[in-house]
Amino acid sequence: MVLDEKPVLKVNNLVVRYGKGCPDCQQNLEKNRCKICGTVWACNDVSLEVYPGEILGIVGESGSGKSTLMKSLYFDFPTTSGSAYLSEYQNGESDIWQASAGQQRMIRNTIMGMVYQNPVMGLRMDYSSASNIAEKIIAAGARNAGQMTSRAEELLSAVEILTSRMQEAPKNFSGGMQQRVQISKALANNPSILLLDEVTTGLDLSVQAKVLDLIRKIKAKYGISVLLVSHDLAVIRMLADRTIVMLDGKIIESGLTDQILEDPQEAYTQQLVHSLL
Amino acid sequence: MSMLKIEGLTKNFYLHNVQREIKSCSHISFTLDQGEFIGIIGLSGAGKSTIMKCINRTYLPMQGSILYDSLAFGEIDLCQATERQMLYLRKYEIGYVSQFLNVMPRTTAKEHVMNALLDMGKSETVAEQEAAEMLSYFKLSEDLWDIYPNTFSGGERLRLNLAHTMVKKPRLMLLDEPTASLDNKTKILVKEMLQKLKNKDTAMLGIFHDLEFMDGICDKVFNISEGEFQC
Repeated sequence: MVLDEKPVLKVNNLVVRYGKGCPDCQQNLEKNRCKICGTVWACNDVSLEVYPGEILGIVGESGSGKSTLMKSLYFDFPTTSGSAYLSEYQNGESDIWQASAGQQRMIRNTIMGMVYQNPVMGLRMDYSSASNIAEKIIAAGARNAGQMTSRAEELLSAVEILTSRMQEAPKNFSGGMQQRVQISKALANNPSILLLDEVTTGLDLSVQAKVLDLIRKIKAKYGISVLLVSHDLAVIRMLADRTIVMLDGKIIESGLTDQILEDPQEAYTQQLVHSLL
Repeated sequence: MSMLKIEGLTKNFYLHNVQREIKSCSHISFTLDQGEFIGIIGLSGAGKSTIMKCINRTYLPMQGSILYDSLAFGEIDLCQATERQMLYLRKYEIGYVSQFLNVMPRTTAKEHVMNALLDMGKSETVAEQEAAEMLSYFKLSEDLWDIYPNTFSGGERLRLNLAHTMVKKPRLMLLDEPTASLDNKTKILVKEMLQKLKNKDTAMLGIFHDLEFMDGICDKVFNISEGEFQC
């Protein structure tokens, strides 16, 4: 039987709220902010599944909750309610948001990899590129310096960073190179899922192409599942198998990527697609 | 049973900005057997491409059914299939070719064809060998294999498109005006290639504006405006 594999990641009814909330919040939302108490519902009942080897695209306007979702999954933000399961964590039977701080560190370091829009959030800019990768490997429990160096060489070569520059700090690199070092760091411990938050934003076209090519190759080579947030619908069209559309903290539409782009059903998605240059 | 059985297929588009529904195709019914080639004709805007895109699920059908006899899932209604089932079918069983080429940046012609096989889980060595065979089969000059295809002519792009789709050996091919803007010599070449695919029992559904092109290769011609087959 085909297609009987379990999702790598399953998120159920995620809610992330900034503010205390009030009993009438849900009835008085103006976009995603309560008119009475001012609470912002950054993610409001978000559910999704990501399957092995698949790229799931997430699109939506600024403030729609895309990055909050990613950062919640990577334990950067506390969640208000909801649950998430990873097939590689306790066989997908335990909610990762209920795990202890130590367990969450283990998940961050071994099962998931995160690439932030701003490389400053994902890299130590004053440490060498090799040290950045080594830090991630050490966090997963490895101690053999030789192995760490060869792994750093392998990963930096894979993202087309000259290994002769692996002792240089990322602060000396261009934005595109920093982004590629971040990707190699995220891959250090062979994660089963990669979270990519606007990885091509702000990069020039040739570097963008390099990063897109790299993501596709990584997916093909390692069979990694990817959650890809992007404002750029061309990036989503190129890479994503399926796409979800977020607006005001909610998922308003989901489908096959070409279907979302060519036959959008919701008013916001149509507006988004028609805004394409 | 037939490989594809379309019954009462209807698709309209609702445009929220003008709050209006645009009609595209309505109550389309026909069947396609293994190894059969059906050409679809009709006026521009009659909904020919819409049928193709509904089968490929690029468009969401509104009414009707598209029953496909799948190797993996048995008889499946493509209108009701899950997204993951559709992705599987696109990868292994259904091929879609249009006149437009959609290639990842910095990807050469050969890599583009290889990617289709790598996505299916084949090894790099096998993918490289099969991609080379397919590019030769479609007579794409070997000098072009390691070049980015955005510099290709219309005919070269189409042959690359066909190679990318055919290398997966789909059972059902959807050809959405692939010969538009091609010169006569290239059209003859494409026709020969489609005939070879037909001989290999591939079921094909094609839209061609050129009636002469369809002559001798299509088993039946479906006139979408009339809603019936014509000889």
